Amino acid sequence: MATENKEQYKGVYVFAQQVDGELSGIALELVGKGKQLAADLGTEVTAVLLGSGIKGLADTLGEYGADKVIVVDDPELKDYRTEPYAHALASVINKFKPDVMLVGATAIGRDLGPCVAARVHTGLTADCTGLDIGDFPLNPIPGQEDKQLHKQLLMTRPAFGGNTIATIACPDFRPQMATVRPGVMQKGERVPGRKAEVIEYNPGFTPDNRYVEILDIVKNTKKVADIMDAKILVSGGRGLGSAENFKILDDLAAAIGGTVSCSRAVVDAGWKPKDLQVGQTGKTVRPQVYFAIGISGAIQHLAGMEDSDMIIAINKDESAPIFDVADVGVVGDLFKIVPKLTEKINEVNAAKAKTE
Amino acid sequence: MDFTLDKKHAMARSLFKDFAEKEVKPLAQEIDETERFPRETVEKMAKAGFMGIAVPKEYGGQGCDPLTYVMCIEELAKQCGTTAVIVSAHSSLCCDPILTFGTEEQKQRYLPDLASGRKLGAFALTEPGAGTDAQGVQTKAVKDEEGNWVINGSKCFITNGKEADVYVIFAQTGTKLDKKGRTQKVFTAFILEKGMPGFTFGTKENKMGIRASATYELVFNDVKVSDAQRLGAEGKGFPIAMHTLDGGRIGIAAQALGLAEGALDRTIAYTKERKQFGRPISAFQNTAFKIADMATKCQAAQYLVYAAAEAKATKDRYSVEAGMAKLYAARTAMEVTTEAVQLHGGYGYMKEYDVERMMRDAKITEIYEGTSEVQEMVISGALLK
Amino acid sequence: MKIVVCVKQVPDTKGGVVFNPDGTLNRAAMLAIMNPDDKAGLEAALELKDKYGAEITVLTMGLPKADEVLREAMAMGADKGILVTDRRLGGADTWATSVTIAGALRNLDYDLIITGRQAIDGDTAQVGPEIAEHLHLPMVTYVQKVVDVDEAAKTITVERQFDDRYMTVKVQMPCVLTALGELAKPRYMTPGGIFEAYDKEVTVWGRDDLKDVLDSDIGKVGSPTQIAKASDKVRKGAGEKKTDLSPSEAVDYIVGKLEAKHII
Repeated sequence: MATENKEQYKGVYVFAQQVDGELSGIALELVGKGKQLAADLGTEVTAVLLGSGIKGLADTLGEYGADKVIVVDDPELKDYRTEPYAHALASVINKFKPDVMLVGATAIGRDLGPCVAARVHTGLTADCTGLDIGDFPLNPIPGQEDKQLHKQLLMTRPAFGGNTIATIACPDFRPQMATVRPGVMQKGERVPGRKAEVIEYNPGFTPDNRYVEILDIVKNTKKVADIMDAKILVSGGRGLGSAENFKILDDLAAAIGGTVSCSRAVVDAGWKPKDLQVGQTGKTVRPQVYFAIGISGAIQHLAGMEDSDMIIAINKDESAPIFDVADVGVVGDLFKIVPKLTEKINEVNAAKAKTE
Repeated sequence: MDFTLDKKHAMARSLFKDFAEKEVKPLAQEIDETERFPRETVEKMAKAGFMGIAVPKEYGGQGCDPLTYVMCIEELAKQCGTTAVIVSAHSSLCCDPILTFGTEEQKQRYLPDLASGRKLGAFALTEPGAGTDAQGVQTKAVKDEEGNWVINGSKCFITNGKEADVYVIFAQTGTKLDKKGRTQKVFTAFILEKGMPGFTFGTKENKMGIRASATYELVFNDVKVSDAQRLGAEGKGFPIAMHTLDGGRIGIAAQALGLAEGALDRTIAYTKERKQFGRPISAFQNTAFKIADMATKCQAAQYLVYAAAEAKATKDRYSVEAGMAKLYAARTAMEVTTEAVQLHGGYGYMKEYDVERMMRDAKITEIYEGTSEVQEMVISGALLK
Repeated sequence: MKIVVCVKQVPDTKGGVVFNPDGTLNRAAMLAIMNPDDKAGLEAALELKDKYGAEITVLTMGLPKADEVLREAMAMGADKGILVTDRRLGGADTWATSVTIAGALRNLDYDLIITGRQAIDGDTAQVGPEIAEHLHLPMVTYVQKVVDVDEAAKTITVERQFDDRYMTVKVQMPCVLTALGELAKPRYMTPGGIFEAYDKEVTVWGRDDLKDVLDSDIGKVGSPTQIAKASDKVRKGAGEKKTDLSPSEAVDYIVGKLEAKHII
């Protein structure tokens, strides 16, 4: 059954994910995107902040552009568990009736999103990489022009391992829900001192069999630089030949101030850990410069990096698909080119340091 | 007559192919070079049921037909000839005679362990003086006053030697006069186990191909076994050996077929990649026609091998079908792998390329479990009798 | 213990993607496989069966051809297969799919429902959690390890992966788990298992076999999301490709580009 009284649903809401009392990057990205959508819809962006002892984060959300922050602060929400979180978010939706509800496509959001969408009976589009406000259908059906809906959320997402792209609408149900890939949307400019209206709300929590019991939490002790935050990525593929050969990429990354990442083949071969993997099954990155070295450019890989500002590819195979997206492509032997490139960059840097 | 695989056989093939590509291929080059017996692969195959494909379920096997078994050998051989022969010797030459000629007690005692791969099997007929001519067998088994057999002698070129736990062996137990009044040796088959007092292993052979399969000399020095270890009737060893080898030849034919197909696959891929004079060498008709010829031979060999498997499933005697399959598949293996090396040019002679190993592996298929000449004797003998 | 494993047949995007001449995906030319996360979930179920004893039912929704993944699952050791197939179920989004599967599951007894985290064709990771929601069951997604089962207390303890940590959680059964690919390395089928799988019957259910399901919640009609536009991914055009530079020339070329953009 389609949602009744659709017109009662107003505003763009975003789930402001926090972990251990720290806002996740995606929370601010969604506030940023939500603000743009809200402007198109002539409405406001509201952040929904769930947790325990986290009210203080509302200020940050305000500074990044949230007009309102709904805070559900309850001890049951200390660590993420599906049920109390789903109950909290579904209760917020039922009470405040948002038109749009965005959630990050993180390991938390991809659990929370579907659970809440099923509970409030609406559609959910997963892992979106583009969000726009527009008409549905995109073009009116001749003779049924009056049936075309306006100001709909149009959600764009890749499918089939990045081979196809689909734009999805949720015309008859509210809220229109999407999970959004981290790293794709831009967070807004921070305005220190900007305040959001804070609304505290607690739907009440009654633990039942759906509240799982947390026995232990093990944090990854190894702090690896997050490749999603890097401005310059030096990414290696199967062409490197071995884990040891990544040394030449480490050197280049050190010279240019970048971070090393890799393709799926490298992770499969056990040369590098999974959190350095770029691609459909790894991370989506959009650095200023992306070096693709010895990476052929399987479609799954391209899906994770093709929005980089400048892509520099070095590969001995002239027909490698990576050259289809590269701004700067060099066909040649990476083992000869990369060390020389590192050397040259070091020279340039040294010369600049002298003149300054 | 149906030349397409039904769903269960098609799925079985996809299983064997998947396993061979993931588990067998990565080791093939290394074990060839080091002559290391791939014990870990045997364990994985055991887990997946490959060591008892044609053994009935009641004896702990998979209960499949000979066609399923030959597809397994074929797919393994596409990646590694050694791995294929380990399974073939174990299944065709040890499980099969125990299943066919063993007493119920022997089947219960040996087959569940063999079919599950907890134990590995081998077969020993050949001796230094007895290859094609079985009358040359010198190993003797003599009954002592308590009714036990005492076995003395040695066997050579035994596949899975030392690695195997269970051995089907043949020894002379007497003589008889043939129709022409000549004295002929009479043989009896026995089941021996590794570790029996007096049963030891001699030298390991250093071979041209299938280098990781353990090929050993077996030495019997007053090996005393009870009559319960006798396989089949006393004096019936020769027909048991011949019947077993008929089955074994189908396995070896499948191994040869797989080697040929594996070399063909690699050659097709290589000739499409390798460029000379500005185009892939597959674009030259000289190359293309050779590939057409290789593929046609492979297809013909496959039909013969599958027909032999079908004959084993439905007939009591299938010597001719097995002989033809082995004769043709082995010849094809040698021809196709040799041509594959040629089409790879200088690279084909290098150990980095699989076809170098496949050509060496292929040669043995024309020799063991009855040379090509023996197959011609078997086939012509049946036609001209 | 009774376990239901939900599996999906998907085109194999890993072994190379095949395109039609017009640039669209050639699904017919691509191998259909059991979705990898689902297969890991099936293996986890088989390991529970090995350890504690269990009856495993595999359930799939799809075209009649999806029978193949059920046979594969049975050849690996699952006991029964159920195929949910009906024209009226076509065009379903994750909501309508999860309603359908939940409707099928209502006919079954289970202690544990396992699904893969996500399928490689859609990558949504939504159907598993939505099934749990429709059935009002506890759920744990992103399961990387099964730690323990307490059969008396009817609880299962698992490790749940997050981006920067994992949690060990204890859940009341019956419950839904969604499996990560790393949960378990799938075993091979056995040849005998394949023969048995094809000798067995697969149960086929249509729309009328679904329990407590409204027509307005299934198929295309019951799908809240609708496709506005589907297209091949438009890739940005390639820039330059230099094929004949010496290593030194290549370095100068790259450094020039980096300097032009003020990167160095």
